[in-house]
Amino acid sequence: MDVLRRAWAIVWKDLLIEARTKQSFNAMVFFAALVLFIFSFALGPDTELLRRVSGGLLWVGIAFTGILSLSRTYQSEETSGGIEGLRMYPGDVRAIFLGKLLGNVVLLLSVEAVLFPAAAILFQIEMWPHALELAGIALLGTVGFSIVGTFYAALTVNLRAREVMLPLLLFPALVPVLLGAVNATTLVVVGDVMQDTGIWLRLLSAFDVIFFVICIWIFPIALEE
Amino acid sequence: MSVSAKSKPAALLGLVALAVLLAGSVVGLFVVPADAAQGDVQRLMYVHVPAAWLAFLSFFVVFLMSVLYLIQRDLRWDRVAASSAEIGVVFTVLTLALGSMWGKPTWGVWWTWDPRLTTTAIMLAIYVGYLAIRSFADDPEKRARWAAIVGIIGFANVPIVYLSVIWWRTLHQPPSSPRSVAPEILWTLMLNLAAFTLVYIYLMMRRIRLARLEGKLEERVAYHG
Repeated sequence: MDVLRRAWAIVWKDLLIEARTKQSFNAMVFFAALVLFIFSFALGPDTELLRRVSGGLLWVGIAFTGILSLSRTYQSEETSGGIEGLRMYPGDVRAIFLGKLLGNVVLLLSVEAVLFPAAAILFQIEMWPHALELAGIALLGTVGFSIVGTFYAALTVNLRAREVMLPLLLFPALVPVLLGAVNATTLVVVGDVMQDTGIWLRLLSAFDVIFFVICIWIFPIALEE
Repeated sequence: MSVSAKSKPAALLGLVALAVLLAGSVVGLFVVPADAAQGDVQRLMYVHVPAAWLAFLSFFVVFLMSVLYLIQRDLRWDRVAASSAEIGVVFTVLTLALGSMWGKPTWGVWWTWDPRLTTTAIMLAIYVGYLAIRSFADDPEKRARWAAIVGIIGFANVPIVYLSVIWWRTLHQPPSSPRSVAPEILWTLMLNLAAFTLVYIYLMMRRIRLARLEGKLEERVAYHG
């Protein structure tokens, strides 16, 4: 329970900074909307086509936007050795991972809360009848994305050229999450005749569980000095 | 000279590997009859399958050595892991290239989203990331630790990627499955598998020695400035 309390302290600190400055949220929403726009321009004004590929566009937008916030996960600790301070607190350093993970999930989900309705309008998708399913897919996908992302962000935080290294490490690892989230979203949007959505939800859940266990287990090694 | 004395077993093994490789090529190209359905193109299998086997073997060794390094923190294991990763990447590229050459006359395309093909490509991306993070780290201990983590997570991800790509494809088309093979084809394949494995051991001996020398040089440069 102590770990959870520590993790919560980190979440609270980061979200409070974010709520007061909104430096990440505003930029992320704007960037994500731009990605959707650029894809719409690239694929032409064919609404039927855009609707069919909307799941892919949404999650490419989320992945690109997520990378932006992930690479800043430990930014508030970078100046004046804050990360050393965190590490030297008594107790399990895994609390840092839990806290940062939760913070990333909340931030990314709040961006998606704007992005999904925006996509519904842009691509003329009926989202309200499927709101619950889409929220579930978004949650599972975002958690999977953030688990590996928060972990690799910690690994690359002291690296030169980390702007290159984070996506280089992260995107291949995220293939199952992207496949699961894109296919589930597309099936919900265009109609799931074969009842295949369940497979993708199971894949996402399995990925989340497996990588949560691996990442939280070796996180202390990643954070060593 | 101690250097030449040390490399004597390696040189001998290299000769043996070369001999078996030559024998395997001669048998594969001239002795075994061509496949009834595919013709001479099928002979590519005698190098394609061994190359793929070596790629997987290499990455499995990377995984084992990564775990061993994190437990014992002995840079010797890191050198073995790094050497194996390099060889693995080379043979993954070779596997993809050979598969592509086989795919063009057989499937009519250079590339298709076959689960095995796609997974191999993603595996390549994962281990290029592994080599990249190594090249960005200056401190040998940090480099070894970061690389070991990537080596473990990357390996854990390969089966999940494979499964997700199978699901992604099978919802559209059945995956290609291996047919039963004639005994002489199987024997030729075994011969070539043995040849490639010998080549792997030979390359590993050479590469590990090089890594050891590189480590010594790095130490000397760090010490003398």
